[in-house]
Amino acid sequence: MTKTEKRNLRNGLIFVSPWIVGFLCLQVYPILYSLRLSFTRYSGFGKPVSVGLENFRTLIQDPLFTKSLYNTFFYTVWAVPLGVVVAILIALAMNQRVREVAVYRAILYLPSILPLFALSFVWIVFSNPRFGLLNYILQGLGLPIIDFIGNPVWTKPSIVLLAQLGAGGPALIFLAGLRGIPRELYESAEIDGAGAMRSFWSITLPMLTPVILYDIILGLSMGLQVFTQAYIITSGGVNMAGPNNSLLFYVFYIYKNAFQYTRMGYASALVWVLFVISMILALSVFKWARSWVHYGNE
Amino acid sequence: MDWKYVKKHLKKKTVPRILLMVMCLFYLLPLYWMVATSFKGSEELSSFPPTLWPHKFIWQNYRDAVEYIPFLKYFINSLIIALGVTAGSVLSNSFIAYGFSRIQWKGREVLFLIAIATMFIPFPVTLVALFDIFAKIGWINTYLPLIVPSFLGQALYLFMIRQFLMSLPKDLSSAAIIDGASEFTVFLKIMLPLMKPVLAVVAIFSGVNAWNDFLTPLIYLQTEDLYPLSIGLQFFRAEHNVAFSQLMAASTLAIVPVVILFLLFQRFFVEGITVGAVKG
Repeated sequence: MTKTEKRNLRNGLIFVSPWIVGFLCLQVYPILYSLRLSFTRYSGFGKPVSVGLENFRTLIQDPLFTKSLYNTFFYTVWAVPLGVVVAILIALAMNQRVREVAVYRAILYLPSILPLFALSFVWIVFSNPRFGLLNYILQGLGLPIIDFIGNPVWTKPSIVLLAQLGAGGPALIFLAGLRGIPRELYESAEIDGAGAMRSFWSITLPMLTPVILYDIILGLSMGLQVFTQAYIITSGGVNMAGPNNSLLFYVFYIYKNAFQYTRMGYASALVWVLFVISMILALSVFKWARSWVHYGNE
Repeated sequence: MDWKYVKKHLKKKTVPRILLMVMCLFYLLPLYWMVATSFKGSEELSSFPPTLWPHKFIWQNYRDAVEYIPFLKYFINSLIIALGVTAGSVLSNSFIAYGFSRIQWKGREVLFLIAIATMFIPFPVTLVALFDIFAKIGWINTYLPLIVPSFLGQALYLFMIRQFLMSLPKDLSSAAIIDGASEFTVFLKIMLPLMKPVLAVVAIFSGVNAWNDFLTPLIYLQTEDLYPLSIGLQFFRAEHNVAFSQLMAASTLAIVPVVILFLLFQRFFVEGITVGAVKG
């Protein structure tokens, strides 16, 4: 190693050292530490008592574990694809060449940065069967009144719907993607006699696939973490997380075990299952993506 | 009149306009309902069907909202946390990103790849263990677990700043280095001023995220006088028998700072979000 190389190595490490500290203390160590805790019974006070695989055995037979896993998958399976479709639709709308488009763009984007805790309260009021606007509109359309947060069939779909308020964020990324598609592609398609629909399916959509992948990965990660909405709508879910525990999402169940029942050992076992599931999901999505993501060769 | 021209205008301008307006309507309705409900009196609120426009504007609701709960205290707490996190994110990420982009050293790319990979680890995975760790060092019920981590860099912001720094020409700094300036001087005197636009994006995003954060303060803060708005509003419902109009008034007040920030710095929001879109 030359003198310059040595100096650069030293300087480089000095500059990134805060990140290294954070990586080791806030990520690596906690993940390993929770692995250790997952084999113990631990209330947060005193010493963890080793119990071997007991937590994992309990977990397999725990109906609430299965329920929270089901609820989380239900939410993710609906919210992620719907989120992609809505974001693309918004992006297509944002891409229209009308003079005041900046105003529309701002309106569609704004809800995505508003605090979810406040939006959850708004949702409680907005979807209320008695004084909510949503049901008033449904009624006007001749549809039945739905108790979106009181009926266990509707609680999760209602949260999927609420999540669409945040579609403006990903839509901006799709908009950037749309802008990046070379114009010539559309021009030559038009010469070949392709209509608008045909162009969308064979040019726009394939060219957007990298962004779609990004959005799916982001959505999956957010979907597995869904918590705030459920916590607020169920007022902390102290007895039950929504009617029939229909809003008991996985992270909510971790939270309840760790901080309401002080079962830190069991909560750590749950954490590890989440860690493994999210790693497997991320890897399989990347692998699956190879078959459909189109990388332009520019 | 030229019929063909009218048809084209209809297709290119009028139809998109109507579609856009309908979409915007959907996105504005919940917010409209929040504000409308916040002004309704209790009688009006219980009438069915709901009134679309408040008959009488009860400004008292806003007064009640800030007096029912220590609103101002929560508001200031939220502000303290948000400012702390913003300062931490801007300082640490600019410093770290410099090391990840402007200095050439062995192992840099591998470490950066690891940093990016951590983005895929869901944050709750570390939650239980971190709580126990912070409890052992006596950080529970302080702002330290909320603010200190922001001083250790976040992958997303590192990525954003690095993208920006990599696009700057190399000889901007190499001349100064040859003249004997230390890497730290170059960072402070040359690079930091140039980073302003991207740091503005980081500041806005980290600040807004801290303001909106719910899970972290929920876990680490235990006494009411430390609560930020996100946790404080929750109390509202439990203690005051669901005063919906006042709750909506308080929610409106919690949202307003973010809306103002957005209106002032719209450009940065848009830039920040699109930087995240990686190609390939």
